[in-house]
Amino acid sequence: MQDWMKMAGIRSSEITDQALFKRRRQFLQASAAAGVTGLIGVPGIAAAKDGVPLPEPIIKSEFSTTDELSSKETITTYNNFYELGTDKGDPVRYADRLRTEPWSITVDGECDNPGVYTLEDIMKPHAIEERIYRMRCVEAWSMVIPWNGFALADLIKRMKPNSKAKYVAFETVVQDDLPGVSRNVLDWPYREGLRIDEAMHPLTMLSVGIYGEELLGQNGAPIRLVVPWKYGYKSIKSVVRISFVEEQPDTSWNLSSPREYGFYSNVNPDRSHPRWSQAKERRLAGNTSGLSALFTSKTKTQFMNGYAEQVASLYDGMDLQTNH
Amino acid sequence: MAVSTTDVRARLPRFRWQSLQKPAVFIAALLPFLFLLQSLLTGQLGPNPIDTLTDQTGTLAIRMLLISLMLTPLRWILKNTWPIRFRRMIGLFAFFYATLHVATYFVLDQQFDIGAVWSDLSERPYIVAGTIAFLIMVPLAITSNNAMVRRLGRRWMSLHRAVYIAGLAVVVHYVWLAKGDLIEPIVYLVLLLFLFSYRLVKTLR
Repeated sequence: MQDWMKMAGIRSSEITDQALFKRRRQFLQASAAAGVTGLIGVPGIAAAKDGVPLPEPIIKSEFSTTDELSSKETITTYNNFYELGTDKGDPVRYADRLRTEPWSITVDGECDNPGVYTLEDIMKPHAIEERIYRMRCVEAWSMVIPWNGFALADLIKRMKPNSKAKYVAFETVVQDDLPGVSRNVLDWPYREGLRIDEAMHPLTMLSVGIYGEELLGQNGAPIRLVVPWKYGYKSIKSVVRISFVEEQPDTSWNLSSPREYGFYSNVNPDRSHPRWSQAKERRLAGNTSGLSALFTSKTKTQFMNGYAEQVASLYDGMDLQTNH
Repeated sequence: MAVSTTDVRARLPRFRWQSLQKPAVFIAALLPFLFLLQSLLTGQLGPNPIDTLTDQTGTLAIRMLLISLMLTPLRWILKNTWPIRFRRMIGLFAFFYATLHVATYFVLDQQFDIGAVWSDLSERPYIVAGTIAFLIMVPLAITSNNAMVRRLGRRWMSLHRAVYIAGLAVVVHYVWLAKGDLIEPIVYLVLLLFLFSYRLVKTLR
């Protein structure tokens, strides 16, 4: 007990220990925030927790862009992951409800090595790379994300697809108690698909982390797809099933609104979209929360999100207005 | 000479609780704006503050407009003119939030890019619906003061019935723009149709 406390006649039991004090203060702040939320519906932004560091080494990829990175806070607090809720802040708010251990992926369909693989089985043979990709959301915003993961092609080769495997279909986990799953916003499970040559393209990756840390729930833990030249919803999160199929698979947003969301969904500033102009995008990088963020200009959206040189040949001879 | 308390009381106007009602409603309707402003200045609007501002001001405008539309039927239900006192104020708050919404879109989001706004108007019907709603609200806000009520006389009533078209346009705007989760816009649409039918039945009787 401190001398000055004795002198002031304060018993140590009267002193709130600092942790409790902090908790109380957080509670009061949260209560105030909840009061505000009730009135205007700006849900306070939940802070993302830190991820578990990935094992070294992480190899730097030659595919990385030199664009300015989005901050970890931006990448982990502004997400679309409807299984966790439709508000941009819901995924970080409810990320902990997503159970990711144990995790396994069912591989089935037209391949020689179908089976149920644990996450460890899936990851073991692959060296982890850092690939800094632009990520363009169909809602006309974009981020620059340092993904950690490996080429999907390397996993596909292990599964030995046969000649009937024309497409690869993916499914997200459905856990019935997730806040968004109980509402039929989309027809769960969330489904996505790629043509096999798109899936085998060296830019297409499976990600298990960002910024050298394991993926958090809001970013699609523990493993997700990343296809940088397509709108973000193609990069399906929290994958539990990979199927090699002969026919073009159903995809969630296409089922929901085929006019808006095509199977290919390549980033295309020249194709008019009924909801958002795709000509420009707001880049959420650098300082995005200060007042100056209110006056940053949108940037012109690049065809195929700037990856046309690498991927345009996949679509030779195709009408990209009809095959959108 | 000492003044007796009864004298002082007699000289003060009698305090009426009713005189606090309007300021209280005014503050309640302004609070969301103050919280939004505070969130903005303290960087609490998230990584995409312009989108958040657009969403929030739009939602507030719709809610205020629907509340203002509910006050007339509420008068009939309560058999009391009390709710009508707040109708003009709430209606003007709807216009206030709608103006913030349009300004956020035009100044911050589109940065005065007329070409981009034009392509929005020509390619996206929900933008047209929202624009119609706002354009209807402008003359209603301008003619909302007592002088204009007097000057326009009977025509004032017919002019201000246009608020129903604005209400319909703004809810259609919201239904069309919503992605995936349609619960909130559908609730507003149902509420609006209920208000319409209530008024219609009342008028026909």
